[in-house]
Amino acid sequence: MNRLKSLFVPRRPVVAALALMAVALAAGSAQAAENGKFRVGIVTFLSGAAAGPFGVPSAHAAETVIDALNKGLLPAPYNTKGINGLEIEAVIIDENGGATKQVEEFRNLVERQKVDAVIGYISSGDCLAVSPVAEELKIPTVFYDCGTSRLFEENKAPKYSFRTGLDAVVDNVGAVRYLADTRPKMASIAGIQQNYAWGQDSWTDFVETTKKLRPEVKVVGEQFPKIFQGQYGAEISALSVAKPDVIHSSFWGGDMEALVLQGNARGLFDGRTLLLTCGESAMEHYKDQAPNGMVIGGRGPFGAFAPKNALSEWLRAAYSAKWNEQPVYPSFKIVQAILGLKAAVEKAAAAPGKQPDADKITAAFTSLTFESPSGTVKMARSTGHQAMQGIAYGEYYFEGGKATLKNVRSYKDTCVTPPEGVNGQDWIKSGMPGAKCD
Amino acid sequence: MMRVDRTEAWLLGAGLALALGALVLPSWLTFLLTIAFAKGLVVQGVVIQMRAGLVSFGQGLYYCIGGYTVGVGGQMVGVHDAFALLLLSMAAAAAVAMVLGLLLTRYREIFFAMLTLAFSMILYGILSKSQSLGSTDGFNVRAVTALGWAPGAGGKMFVYVLTCGCAAVAAVLLHRLSKSSVGHVCEAIRENEVRVEYLGVSPRWMLYATYVLAAATSALGGGLIGMATGHVDPEMAYWTTSGEFIFIALLGGISHVAAPFLAATLFSTVRTYAIQFVPHSWQMILGFVLLGIIIFLPKGLWSLFRRTKAEARA
Repeated sequence: MNRLKSLFVPRRPVVAALALMAVALAAGSAQAAENGKFRVGIVTFLSGAAAGPFGVPSAHAAETVIDALNKGLLPAPYNTKGINGLEIEAVIIDENGGATKQVEEFRNLVERQKVDAVIGYISSGDCLAVSPVAEELKIPTVFYDCGTSRLFEENKAPKYSFRTGLDAVVDNVGAVRYLADTRPKMASIAGIQQNYAWGQDSWTDFVETTKKLRPEVKVVGEQFPKIFQGQYGAEISALSVAKPDVIHSSFWGGDMEALVLQGNARGLFDGRTLLLTCGESAMEHYKDQAPNGMVIGGRGPFGAFAPKNALSEWLRAAYSAKWNEQPVYPSFKIVQAILGLKAAVEKAAAAPGKQPDADKITAAFTSLTFESPSGTVKMARSTGHQAMQGIAYGEYYFEGGKATLKNVRSYKDTCVTPPEGVNGQDWIKSGMPGAKCD
Repeated sequence: MMRVDRTEAWLLGAGLALALGALVLPSWLTFLLTIAFAKGLVVQGVVIQMRAGLVSFGQGLYYCIGGYTVGVGGQMVGVHDAFALLLLSMAAAAAVAMVLGLLLTRYREIFFAMLTLAFSMILYGILSKSQSLGSTDGFNVRAVTALGWAPGAGGKMFVYVLTCGCAAVAAVLLHRLSKSSVGHVCEAIRENEVRVEYLGVSPRWMLYATYVLAAATSALGGGLIGMATGHVDPEMAYWTTSGEFIFIALLGGISHVAAPFLAATLFSTVRTYAIQFVPHSWQMILGFVLLGIIIFLPKGLWSLFRRTKAEARA
């Protein structure tokens, strides 16, 4: 009896306190559900290397647009308040920390915080890991930035997963088309990429597309420094010796700015073209440190490449008024995801002020066409779950104290996107059949 | 007949109670506990070595091997049985540890720590360059079955119960080990290796056995995490991941076999609420909590229980 008692009665005050704490935490979190608001989980990098260039501009843009939506300040067709009349409540979460943690936090968002939808994810690894969980928990999830082609290959029959950003294949097919059109004398290329999935895939896509569109071009060098290396002395020397006409890089963030700065100081870009697929994200930072004529992209018609329309003008004005700088492409991409969700929910809703269930939202989102600051977006690939848009590239010039884009060329969606059901890499290798560029 | 002592009864009882908790606990909490207990198993690997005086800065190596074995087994080899996959994970890790252990057990202190770190970073490098395994993005792990039964929608619940079971059984076995003569010899090696050698025991082979056992235990945790999250990536072998395990080990202390599980649970709980309430500076909250524990409980969380026990006796 005594023995039994000692097993079941927590005599120790510490054990009792811990148990009480656990119960309190579990109970305290259940109250958030069903408060008459539309709760959206926003997951993006708030710390770590991707926070500065991507995460924070995304979070700022999300905050700006959600505030404005709740007040009904956006231009048509988004001039109604909130999402279907319900106030939007954002729950923001840091994406830093790896895929295991993101899966755990995604579950917490859905089950503890009771969000109605999740928008987020910059890292491709996080998208791959979260997508099956979104299907399991049946929660509409919009991936806004990650570019991996494997997202809808690993998740073959997506129901709750959507991606309003573009497949990374588009970046490099677009880049080669731009070079082919503007640099007809290009004879050799070289690349410098961060040594991880993004860099490896980008370089493969770029080289394979070049082989098809400009078979005479030689690959004279490739450098794979490790990510966040920051110092590129040896790589710059190697690239200088290789003497390529065009240097391609999928660098981003601090690495990208370091490469531009260090390469420019050493004359690496004299008489050569540097092409940065993510270059637009630092457009406000280069000033006169970047070579004029550097080709930059924004991973789609985003940021400085966005067309002039009421929504893009509103976003630029509202964002710069609040944060004192121009919105870059990640800002545009997250706004696109939020507006896509709003459009889908409102299409699914029976009446204003009512919240449709997850199945209705996903049915409405599938194959949806909606307006965004980047123009019209069609969810036209991967059985209506993947957005399809064109891409633009242009040359960076710093003139009169201001960064500008010149010689911008846009390529339409059908010119750079593989047909339905075709893997991007396979499409490139087979010579991009079915591409319509006019 | 095996005699079950009081601690073991507690451990098994707690394991059973937690597994039954699957019926009442919210599913986010069971998932949090799955990850915490699986991580606790990895930390057990660190703690076993700490008891023998070795600090491994590269336990992520075996964590990653465990996770990837489950991933590759399901995705490419076609083994879907959870028990078979976990056994495979442990076998793979033990096999690697048997080879690396030959070299590593010649070193002590910082040299041992740095070499273990080096090996885990080598695995990270190899996996980051393997495009067929998804490079740094990793790949998804297939759903598992149990002896021919497919849990289907209850898959995560099954993994939770499985994790509770594995953790409880491992805890009992490790507790027995720590109370056995082998366990005491390990502590003696930590205190004075030369003297142990004079007593006629080979510390090196003792440490070798400890190293292999630690590897298998950590791989078990890695395998369970792979099943629970449904995704593995090379980050599992990265040095910051190994650092987290040492952190949890220090948080709990090495005096009791339940400490790593408790510490891992506290770590996960503090982290998830820090992320929820202070999304922009959750690392700072985590840091302060850990700093507080190190300052006020230098022997780890478990010293709370020790102290009250001593008071109760007095």
